Amino acid sequence: MTAPLLEISGLGKRFGGFVALDGINLAVAEGERVGLIGPNGSGKSTLVNCICGTLVNESGTVRFNGESLAGLKAHERTHRGLARSFQLPRPFTSLTVAGNLRVPMVYTVNARPGTHLSAADIDARCAELLRLVGLDNKATHLPRDLTQVEMRKLELARALAAEPKLLIADEAMAGLSQAEVNDIVGLLINFNERGITIILIEHIMRAVMSFSQRLVVLVSGKKIADGTPDVVIQDPEVERAYLGQ
Amino acid sequence: MRSSTFILLCTVVAAFVFAAIRWVGNDYLFVAGYVVLQFIVLATAWNILGGYTGYVNFGSAAFFALGAYSSIFFNKAFPLPVPLLIVIGGVVSGIVGLGMGYLTLRLRGAFFAIGTLALAIVLQTLVTNWRYVGGARGAYVIRPGEIEFLGPYSQYLFLLMLALAVIALSIARGIERSQLGYGFATIRDDELAAEASGVPTLRLKLIATTISGGLMGMAGAPFPYYLGYVQPSAAFGLEYAVNSIAMPMIGGTTSWVGPLIGAILLATLQQWATVTISSELGVLIVGVLLVSFVILAPKGIVGLVEGWRRKKAGS
Repeated sequence: MTAPLLEISGLGKRFGGFVALDGINLAVAEGERVGLIGPNGSGKSTLVNCICGTLVNESGTVRFNGESLAGLKAHERTHRGLARSFQLPRPFTSLTVAGNLRVPMVYTVNARPGTHLSAADIDARCAELLRLVGLDNKATHLPRDLTQVEMRKLELARALAAEPKLLIADEAMAGLSQAEVNDIVGLLINFNERGITIILIEHIMRAVMSFSQRLVVLVSGKKIADGTPDVVIQDPEVERAYLGQ
Repeated sequence: MRSSTFILLCTVVAAFVFAAIRWVGNDYLFVAGYVVLQFIVLATAWNILGGYTGYVNFGSAAFFALGAYSSIFFNKAFPLPVPLLIVIGGVVSGIVGLGMGYLTLRLRGAFFAIGTLALAIVLQTLVTNWRYVGGARGAYVIRPGEIEFLGPYSQYLFLLMLALAVIALSIARGIERSQLGYGFATIRDDELAAEASGVPTLRLKLIATTISGGLMGMAGAPFPYYLGYVQPSAAFGLEYAVNSIAMPMIGGTTSWVGPLIGAILLATLQQWATVTISSELGVLIVGVLLVSFVILAPKGIVGLVEGWRRKKAGS
């Protein structure tokens, strides 16, 4: 078996006296679609922030693509092929939709050794990405003109523009209608078929179940289950965490 | 327009301004014009950090004064021609800008602003207690009355500041249209998202503080020669800190045009009020204008014009 793309071992993070993450172990293989669920405050977003370098973990290690990420800043991790979308969309408000997608191309793809996209390449890729997520008619609009679901799509497209190996989508569907959720799940599966490993953090169980090949459950900073979705949701411990005793 | 064309155009406009004032023949116009130009440089410099990356610097006076005091120091220790002093002032302030950036750029919003304010106070205290550069009493600089080829010294200083203004505007416009300016805009919009998109935010912010600080120092370097006498309370004056924020805010912070318009407008008004009424009125004008713009037109004059244009195009 080849080494996993992402390998987290013994990851711990505390905020003052509060233990947000407690010895998390997790391995994600290349090409996998992993769902990460857990009640509010269980440490999902903290885990994402520790993987992506927004927060610094106190203990444990994160290895990506065979390399330790310790001490690397968020942008350096993005350069290595780790992209994320944010729970609440964080577009660059003064740039157009296409302009938003250009940022990771200019600052990440072109920063990788051996790649250089010309202005024409960048334009072409922007157009292709916008078509893929269905925002091609909004290319010259500012993000404030977008609807919620379009904003989520922009968020995902921008993460994808960095040409990542691993995409972590942090609650990309919260607050969307059923049709819109299906729309986004379809997009993510499409991304995955293009060879991108995806970790999806989500509360909407229907979406998680239809998306994930594997389900990981966090409760109070601890991983309590990890396996195929059908088995995991029948786990009594998971049931207890979600539904109470 | 290409950058080289822009620089050429700026130079032509600058030459025209100089020729026009010479033609009028009133030497006072050079003295007053110097101040206006100095504020164009300061406002443009402030905007490179404050407008492009969104980090509000309250310590402009410190960088300005650093330039002025590095001139005083060299004037005493090792006299050099003013253009060289401008370069030195720029380097000194640029290095301090880099240092300040390194110390304070982990802070955001109001905390960063307070950090820069603190820097100004610390530096002022240092200079006030440094006897070699005059301490609290201040220092005199004997400047030549005339200079070869040009005539009055005030014209020479005016010309230097005019050149600095062209340089500052060209740098600001160059940044705006480059990958660097693109990165600055992402920092202003959302720093976390910028990092996640691969923008090395700390490095870009350090570049911004260095360029911004350096230009402010360059604006301050000829100051002792302009006045002939410098004391800490003048070089670290509140008007520099306030004006260099107010001018870009009133003109508009997203492009190089804003600080230019704001500086010309405000500095001219101030000069006019100082001469005809009183210097206190100049400060009042800035205050009133700043408050009204922040409330009524937060994007400044440039924002207003763009808004009108968009409306016209839409209707």
